[in-house]
Amino acid sequence: MAKDMAKKVQQLDQVVIRFAGDSGDGMQLTGDRFTSETAQLGNDISTLPNFPAEIRAPAGTLPGVSSFQIHFADTDILTPGDAPDVLVAMNPAALKANLSELPGGAQVIVNTDEFSRRNLARVGYPDNPLEDGTLDGYVVHPVALTSMTLGALAELDISKKDAERAKNMFALGMLSWLYSRPYESTIAFLERKFAKRPDLVAANIAAFKAGWNFGETTEDFAVRYEVKPARMPAGSYRNVTGNTALALGIVAARVRSGRPVVLGAYPITPASDILHELSKHKRFGVTTVQAEDEIAAVGVALGASYGGALGVTSTSGPGVALKGETISLAVALELPLVVIDVQRAGPSTGMPTKTEQADLNMALFGRHGEAPVAVIAPKSPVDCFYAALEAARIALTYRTPVLLLSDGYIANGSEPWLLPDVDELPDLRVEFATAPNGADGTTFLPYLRDPVTLARPWAIPGTPGLEHRIGGLEKADQTGDISYDPTNHDFMVRTRAARIEAIEVPDVEVEDPDGDAAVLVLGWGSTYGPIGAAVRALRQRGLPIAQAHLRHLNPFPGNLGAVLKRYEKVVIPEMNLGQLAHVIRGRYLVDAISYNQVRGLPFTAVELESMLEEVVKNA
Amino acid sequence: MPETPLKLTLKDFKSDQEVRWCPGCGDYAILAAVQAFMPELNIPRERIVFISGIGCSSRFPYYMNTYGMHSIHGRAPAIATGLSISRPDLSVWVVTGDGDALSIGGNHLIHVLRRNVNLKILLFNNRIYGLTKGQYSPTSELGKVTKSTPVGSADSPFNPLSLALGADATFVARTLDTDRRHLQSVLRAAADHNGSAFIEIYQNCNIFNDGAFDPLKEPETRDDYLIRLEHGEPITFGADRQWCVVHPPGAFGLEVQRTAETPADHILVHDATVPEPAYAFALSRLPDLDLRHTPIGVFRKVDRPSYDDLVRGQIESAQSKLTGTPEEELAGLLNSGDTWSIA
Ligand code: SF4
Repeated sequence: MAKDMAKKVQQLDQVVIRFAGDSGDGMQLTGDRFTSETAQLGNDISTLPNFPAEIRAPAGTLPGVSSFQIHFADTDILTPGDAPDVLVAMNPAALKANLSELPGGAQVIVNTDEFSRRNLARVGYPDNPLEDGTLDGYVVHPVALTSMTLGALAELDISKKDAERAKNMFALGMLSWLYSRPYESTIAFLERKFAKRPDLVAANIAAFKAGWNFGETTEDFAVRYEVKPARMPAGSYRNVTGNTALALGIVAARVRSGRPVVLGAYPITPASDILHELSKHKRFGVTTVQAEDEIAAVGVALGASYGGALGVTSTSGPGVALKGETISLAVALELPLVVIDVQRAGPSTGMPTKTEQADLNMALFGRHGEAPVAVIAPKSPVDCFYAALEAARIALTYRTPVLLLSDGYIANGSEPWLLPDVDELPDLRVEFATAPNGADGTTFLPYLRDPVTLARPWAIPGTPGLEHRIGGLEKADQTGDISYDPTNHDFMVRTRAARIEAIEVPDVEVEDPDGDAAVLVLGWGSTYGPIGAAVRALRQRGLPIAQAHLRHLNPFPGNLGAVLKRYEKVVIPEMNLGQLAHVIRGRYLVDAISYNQVRGLPFTAVELESMLEEVVKNA
Repeated sequence: MPETPLKLTLKDFKSDQEVRWCPGCGDYAILAAVQAFMPELNIPRERIVFISGIGCSSRFPYYMNTYGMHSIHGRAPAIATGLSISRPDLSVWVVTGDGDALSIGGNHLIHVLRRNVNLKILLFNNRIYGLTKGQYSPTSELGKVTKSTPVGSADSPFNPLSLALGADATFVARTLDTDRRHLQSVLRAAADHNGSAFIEIYQNCNIFNDGAFDPLKEPETRDDYLIRLEHGEPITFGADRQWCVVHPPGAFGLEVQRTAETPADHILVHDATVPEPAYAFALSRLPDLDLRHTPIGVFRKVDRPSYDDLVRGQIESAQSKLTGTPEEELAGLLNSGDTWSIA
């Protein structure tokens, strides 16, 4: 590519870019590539894709708009950014769908070729927003993206359709130039992706270079930007989404436990990627079964656990509802089971591609009878890896179902991951029962418990001398025989509750750098990013505030009660109507302030900052 | 399977639990026949697993001194699938009933059969809900008067064998609770089959549907009602083999005719290995509403790779390409894709 001409270079500490276009425009791919280039450069990154529920909504319509937002910075960042500094709009629909979230002064790069009368009418623009003042207050860069792409590829022997499809690479090239991104990984990627179609390799690379060169030569871009690498801990990194990290965590659990993994799953948004990812890792001894329904999926997992494997099932809220009866069976059988719920907006089908954290009540209480299970939640895309390992640890050690509550926000969002040293991951090996445990030395008591973990022996079929029967009927203590004895039932119900309470979980850490905060903000799951960003902003402004974030929702960390009592006010922001707050109030008699939002979107740091500011100032 | 006989006996398979079915229930006979058959498998007890759902029949695993799980309503096939595919060393049996397998668990049953999971499925069909005290079941006759259908049910029943064949089951058989020799012969054939073996056992519920299968058992009727299928033998029945089964030219189904009036080469010779399920399906449609012309025995036994073998084959072929330790492979996996280093 041509050498840089003498354009002014401006340093920025952070930028939020949103690529938006039709779902057929390849915006997710464009975003992924820009992310990869940015990662290579060493910025800290957080990304958030946003795609329509429809596979192919009619082209050029508002429901068909797909977008990808990336926030990158020279410091560590916690969220994909509240609002974009730059919007790349590939058509009028993309402009219209995103304009309301664009703060004044933002840059808007539009593909003018798509702003035809017809396309404008399709999204209800009576006049051309590029000309009628709609974009006053923004810095608009009109670019004839489609025709310039076609022009750049005119010499190549490819169809007009293929040439047109390369326009996302033109956009990527342009943005890569504008933000001084290294492009080698994109070139290598295109060579890999289209290895079987050399003509497309050539076309996409040519489009990318054309976009880059356009950026360099056009007078419209007077300034070029740089964002210096962030100071991040040394080591090897990759960018990872929550769903991928979660799947890799399950593979790691298989390696670190020595137990084969059997995943039973039924396709469901936004959890299917876990099934897709795990189905690629057969060589590790991970079996995936795409079951006939959600109930069969958890049944397959439980059956595998009975046989000595680590049974896992991945789904979203509606699937957990269907699995409830089998999870209760696992509670009665006291077998390991990991249930992954990538939460989405409900009730019913709700908004499958939108995020929410409203399944906490279901995870904690959504079964018949007294059926407690362990519940944990990852706080970020990368944390999904470690949460999966933790879920496996609890399930294997304590022989219990564990519900892992991820959500659409962190499942599809991504961030850089400082890759761990495999040998330092937790050791998850467990022992099976091999010999009779009765006092007489010959009987086997399947419900005799370990005094510390309260777990019963895991005696898998195939073990001579330990043949026994288990089932959903109430069992007599120790022998496991069917029992309708009232005292025994009372004892077993209390024991199953005590078993979960006996799970060892680390204390919750409180971040209170000034040590004099009166207000504690308590969160769980994916709200960690926006809460953390809001808290940082407040502290920078000299407002003290403490932050604690729960990974373990059942049992709670042992120190939680004491932590809550240390603060004058406790605020709990949740993407639900106050489910954690309700439990905290009931359990600890703390008058927590519940702050809620259920718009299918993560909190913005700005909104949390202003809400928390009020609380801090009034404390 | 061990080479040397294990010298197990019926007694080895009796658990210490008191059997709690109603006195006179057909389940007792089935239990006794299965326990007596088990030593023939020559598989150590610890490698045999019975998994059931919910219902009278589903108490079965408690009475077998093997591994066992009494699970939840309708879900035994799914749970057994997870066990079977991850533990090829086990012999996994599913015990279910007409309500458990065909109503609440209907979806799992058909999918297990189409996948050909290596499970032996015993469906105790008593055409009634016993444990919940006498409601009609998905195999009860149309018009059945029960507690929940005081003026008769409006539901047409399932034909379990037709259903299994429609799901492309590779092994389909029917037998009777009281005919121990026949029941055991079917168990034997099922145990030999790689893949799903589906066995419908007509079982008398003497409390809520007594005598449902009497025409197949009573000396006055049974000879004319029951057709015993024998692989490779012409299908004839009756005290003097005076009836036979033929496939009339141009007809879709099979018909019963008088042997004396039928040329010998028109009489169907039973072949359980016919690849087309249509033949076994036609056999499954022979009985009249009053059970006249009910075939028992193995309807179909064809070879198709089991789901277990296919799934494990994929795992094994992937594992054969491994070069490093699991930890090294994991490190490689985590470090794959676009990575970068910060010094
Ligand atoms: S109710 Fe019927 S099926 Fe159930 S145990 Fe009694 S006789 Fe047997």
